[in-house]
Amino acid sequence: MSDLVRNIIRFAFFILVQVYLLNKLHLHQYIIPYIYYLFILWLPFSISRFSLLIIGFLTGLTLDYFSMQIGVHAAACTLIAYIRPFVIQVLAPKDSSEFNYREPSPRAMGWTPYLVYALILTIFHHFYMMLLQYLQFGDFMDFVIKVISTTGISMLLIITVELLFPRKMKFRTNTA
Amino acid sequence: MRNIFLFIRRFFTLIAFLALQAVSLWLLFTYNKFHRSKGLGWANEITGKVNSQYKSVDDFFNLKVENQRLHKLNDSLLNLLPANFEKIDTSARRVRDSIPYDTLGNHREYLWREAKVIYNTVNAQKNYIQLNRGSNQGIKDNMSVLNSDGSAVGVVINVSPNYSQVMSLLHVQSRRSVVMKRSGNMGSIEWDGKNPLYLTMKNIPKSDSIVKGDTVLTSINSNFPPGFIVGTVAEIIADKSTNFYVLRLKTAANFYNLQQVHVVERVGYDEQAKLNEDTKKKIDDPKNNNR
Repeated sequence: MSDLVRNIIRFAFFILVQVYLLNKLHLHQYIIPYIYYLFILWLPFSISRFSLLIIGFLTGLTLDYFSMQIGVHAAACTLIAYIRPFVIQVLAPKDSSEFNYREPSPRAMGWTPYLVYALILTIFHHFYMMLLQYLQFGDFMDFVIKVISTTGISMLLIITVELLFPRKMKFRTNTA
Repeated sequence: MRNIFLFIRRFFTLIAFLALQAVSLWLLFTYNKFHRSKGLGWANEITGKVNSQYKSVDDFFNLKVENQRLHKLNDSLLNLLPANFEKIDTSARRVRDSIPYDTLGNHREYLWREAKVIYNTVNAQKNYIQLNRGSNQGIKDNMSVLNSDGSAVGVVINVSPNYSQVMSLLHVQSRRSVVMKRSGNMGSIEWDGKNPLYLTMKNIPKSDSIVKGDTVLTSINSNFPPGFIVGTVAEIIADKSTNFYVLRLKTAANFYNLQQVHVVERVGYDEQAKLNEDTKKKIDDPKNNNR
């Protein structure tokens, strides 16, 4: 399966899971599970920064239209799509030829760097999204608690997904 | 000129990033301000289609609860049949039947339509409900929405040809007029954006004697037909700085599992809204104010 097809299927899958499963779970007013942005975290290393931005924006906008709060997720996704290359650069080994895999994953990067990478982007995503909601209406303590608790549940979900569905990783070869 | 192009090429990603941020923030603030946006019409049609597919599966698992609720409503309606009463004073009763004017000159005030909820959230601070009826089926802005058991749910704020969006009572900008059943005092309800089980009610004077469990009904001042339940008083807080109570209401509608709803049109709404506008204009106009 080519990268394009695989990512299109992933996109539809993540949006559907977020809209019809996680948004319908009423755990608590402070704990809203978010996982859809894992789609952006899983995009290949080789993708250009500009197309990464556009894909991030469209992902957020799609979710926005489903959750009827236009702009919130789009802004947050564009932000994490923008800072993703910087985070990868910091966490990548010095010699970039050691990066033999196509996509970020625990196997490609090692568990600790991968979790740091996921945690940084998760915090940025949630902080920015909750900030936009807080600016329109809200209470400061609510905002802080929401960022922390939502980050916690999202990290838990990401770790669960990585353990339950280890992706079959292909080496990056010259023929691909 | 060359330097400008070099600058743009060097910071192309940053510029693209800022442009996309600007677009999303513009969408966010204009949409929430006016509850309308240019792209929303067709997007609403697409999400509506996906949502109704999902709903057809979801419905299957909720049949039992829904049946019980319908049965309850049917039961209460059967109790209202004229045949149940021995003597009816027709001159004092407001008749609502299916044609605008009947031969006796009775005026129709409310028109009920049924609709199905195809998407609903309670997690956000601004919760919207999507219905499977739109302007093609006669739904218009400002119609009120009641749950299948007759409890208040929200007000229609946007319609596309086949779907419509409802501002739920669980929306931090929602503000509706309601009335205490026992004393008839008017108040207003809003939501603090926290717990979807409770609403906040304001403007009830301390002279009113309120106990826990008192019923709160929709008022004639709002889009809702009067006399339908909104909630019951769960907690009474005396606001020390004013002469009013702040009440916490337990909502009568269960927002977690909305299924079938009634969309109620108030036939005279446009005329009444226009009269309100005109009155305001007349009062505010300095030319008319010379008395």
